[in-house]
Amino acid sequence: MSYHNPHTPPRKSATFDDATMAEIRRAAATGIYDIRGAGTKRKVPHFDDLLFLGASISRYPLEGYREKCDTTVTLGTRFARKPITLKTPITIAGMSFGALSGNAKEALGRGATIAGTSTTTGDGGMTNEERGHSQTLVYQYLPSRYGMNPRDLRRADAIEVVVGQGAKPGGGGMLLGQKISDRVANMRNLPKGIDQRSACRHPDWTGPDDLEIKILELREITDWEKPIYIKVGGARPYYDTALAVKAGADVVVLDGMQGGTAATQDVFIENVGMPTLACIRPAVQALQDLGMHRKVQLIVSGGIRSGADVAKAMALGADAVAIGTAALVAIGDNDPKWEAEYQKLGTTAGAYDDWHEGKDPAGITTQDPELAARLDPVAAGRRLANYLKVMTLEAQTIARACGKNHLHNLEPEDLCALTMEAAAMAQVPLAGTSWYPGKAGF
Amino acid sequence: MCGIVGLFLKDKSLEPQLGTLLSDMLIVMTDRGPDSAGIAIYGGAAGGRAKVTIQSADPSVDFAGLADALKNEGVGATVVVKSTHAVLDIPADKIGNVRDALSRVRPSVRVMGSGESVEIYKETGLPKDVVARFDVRTMSGTHGIGHTRMATESAVTTLGAHPFSTGADQCLVHNGSLSNHNNLRRELVREGMTFETQNDSEVAAAYLTAEMAKGKDLGQALESALDDLDGFFTFVVGTKSGFGVVRDPIACKPAVMAETDQYVAFGSEYRALVNLPGIENARVWEPEPATVYFWDHEKAA
Amino acid sequence: MPTFDLSNTPLRDLNSALHRLSAGANDTAFEVVNPRGSHAVAVGIDSPVKVEIRGSVGYYCAGMNDGGTVTVHGSAGPGVAENMMSGTVVIEGDASQYAGATGQGGLLVIKGNAASRCGISMKGIDIVVSGSIGHMSAFMGQSGHLVVLGDAGDALGDSIYEAKLFVRGTVKSLGSDCIEKEMRPEHLEKLAELLEKAGIADARPEEFKRFGSARKLYNFNIDNADAY
Repeated sequence: MSYHNPHTPPRKSATFDDATMAEIRRAAATGIYDIRGAGTKRKVPHFDDLLFLGASISRYPLEGYREKCDTTVTLGTRFARKPITLKTPITIAGMSFGALSGNAKEALGRGATIAGTSTTTGDGGMTNEERGHSQTLVYQYLPSRYGMNPRDLRRADAIEVVVGQGAKPGGGGMLLGQKISDRVANMRNLPKGIDQRSACRHPDWTGPDDLEIKILELREITDWEKPIYIKVGGARPYYDTALAVKAGADVVVLDGMQGGTAATQDVFIENVGMPTLACIRPAVQALQDLGMHRKVQLIVSGGIRSGADVAKAMALGADAVAIGTAALVAIGDNDPKWEAEYQKLGTTAGAYDDWHEGKDPAGITTQDPELAARLDPVAAGRRLANYLKVMTLEAQTIARACGKNHLHNLEPEDLCALTMEAAAMAQVPLAGTSWYPGKAGF
Repeated sequence: MCGIVGLFLKDKSLEPQLGTLLSDMLIVMTDRGPDSAGIAIYGGAAGGRAKVTIQSADPSVDFAGLADALKNEGVGATVVVKSTHAVLDIPADKIGNVRDALSRVRPSVRVMGSGESVEIYKETGLPKDVVARFDVRTMSGTHGIGHTRMATESAVTTLGAHPFSTGADQCLVHNGSLSNHNNLRRELVREGMTFETQNDSEVAAAYLTAEMAKGKDLGQALESALDDLDGFFTFVVGTKSGFGVVRDPIACKPAVMAETDQYVAFGSEYRALVNLPGIENARVWEPEPATVYFWDHEKAA
Repeated sequence: MPTFDLSNTPLRDLNSALHRLSAGANDTAFEVVNPRGSHAVAVGIDSPVKVEIRGSVGYYCAGMNDGGTVTVHGSAGPGVAENMMSGTVVIEGDASQYAGATGQGGLLVIKGNAASRCGISMKGIDIVVSGSIGHMSAFMGQSGHLVVLGDAGDALGDSIYEAKLFVRGTVKSLGSDCIEKEMRPEHLEKLAELLEKAGIADARPEEFKRFGSARKLYNFNIDNADAY
């Protein structure tokens, strides 16, 4: 018998995998960190790891039609003279004109208005088109203060003080040279064609004690009309929420690491900030400890994709959610119909994230007039409205199945968890048990 | 995040008003800190005597019969009770024994501060309630610092309130947020310091005490703090005869000072200083970043 | 002329009265007494009203001023005239940090000293300081002019864009990408105009040095990494 030496298959490293090696080569070749848009792409514990229990013999479901399940939400009841009431708790998150094309912003405004919800400006200010097309508009107050002015503060429906966002808690915004068109440069008072650096802290306050005074100023300028939101990324949600309340917020907006951005370092997106699921319970706990749950509303964002996600966020204690990436997908971002062009850009539909390069085939994350013209704002607005309504119906269906006549009546006890991580983060028992990590006894 | 006030009197005739002046300054700062408040008052040092301020969560139980209990442990003390706190007046040479004695007879009582001159009072609640509880307005002294707290990362508790005292007659208040206090705490624990809380400000206080124990004076210890402490801070520090102020190099947290022939005052906001006598003609300025300012009765020109 | 005594009148009354003014209103001058360090005094003005404030103010006095003329007969806390759009704000005493922060237009005159971060992120405002300014002034200054008769602290003009800085005294240190630049006739002319608007007669443009962006950070280059 001859001895046959079997071939050992080549073995790649889990630590130095293909993507990692490619990134090292890229850094060595270019001398710049990798910048991209969107939120974290790696798999993290999320709402998929939670399930609803539904109705049974001990709990009874609601019928459709006459047995209503209410989806309205009112934001800003704490101090604002004119709180906002929305027909659905799904809002559109802040995305700047500059990061998005004018047509895309118009589409978002149209769709949100049909669905009876709000949109939010981004790092660059308010455009007349957006104010015109969006019935309820939240105006962001950012460290950069690009385009900030009292006229827009007064014609906004709410003001969102941005301390941070999920993709980069502690980082500034970045809009590389290619997207600083004349109009954007004008609005931001920057030279055309340069790389825009952004500050990571607000210029005229640091800390919640000084934020409290800043909020007083904003309220005085707007005669106490507008709800004031404070937005933070997923860093220390318990403390951040408590401090937002103490600083005088009407609404806290919490953005987990799945939350997208127009452009920042990939290393930042993937390594700083917690998953959305890990942020919600601590934030709600802080509100409850201060006796402010439902009095200071909580909006959760970062990876909200379906009515199930909406319902789960609300079951954990949120008052509303915000969508960013999902809204862009609804109006056509990363659509396979542009696959040939994605290939030319070295990517593929579903993976395209170099939004900062301004070459978006879908005409959404670009300022190029030819590309932007590909997006029909009316049709895209209709698509967004459809998507928002579907999510709202989905959330209602789930809530009815749990016996609720209002989405707000969903509770953590309506949920169970499939994994240890999700159970620990949401403080929801593993399915079929009454235990989650951190809970004494079994 | 917080509000800080401080007053160092040059004019002895103002000493009976120290408590009232500081109370008013602190109450103006309430918006900056709704969680808890504290005051350190330096005064009434009598030769050969020392004072220990203690706090109890159950004062009617802990303070009853305390003087006798301590006498049995060999420490003769007069006990003056003020709500949840009490001040023990003891012979100066017993200051080393009194903590041991207390831990034997009243283990759940906490020492807020000790020394020849300092008394420290701190509790959860609004400044106006804290000053009323301890009758601060009636106190007189040579200098004092006050603090009202909006807790950032550690719990809202009595112990979490400032001032923090980690050495005889030394105390510190802090506005800001340190970022390397956990590592520093581990170092200081190795060097023998003990901590009651997870609070970053307590680490700053302990750091200064440790540096001074190595032979530095307060000014030098504050200089070292600029190198070793990371984060955002404005510190106001009290010693037996002195009062110091320092801001970190980035200096984002506010600080306003006012000086006249009668006093040197500190406030997180100018609002805190508006009721001081002669403020209209005071020299008002903002301390420079990374610069130690220090006034001392013993070194007064 | 309406007078508001902030020791017995809520701040809300003052600011809402100012906001109620419309074009052609009868009251075009207001007086504010006993501000005693109050915050947000005379914010959000949007008409050509004159406001005289007798005393010192806290944070954000005249915030987002658009067309008003506000004079503080005292000192001002942090963020005075922040985000001003147009108009004039005069501080007779000193100004604390962030004076004129993110201002887009108008003129801010500080007769005493200004503290750190004077003109931070300025976007078109003109600031004239008779005294000295603190560290990190004109940080990320995009446009507008900062004129300082005294000295400037550390890191002047760090990460500056196109704001123009004129300093007569000494500059403790310059920030990233900020350099001394040539004074040309148009700069001397502009400086003279600003000094005159600020009512300063005892300083000549020739005594000043000009500072501005080296423009090396305008497009990212890894060899400049130390600057970030």
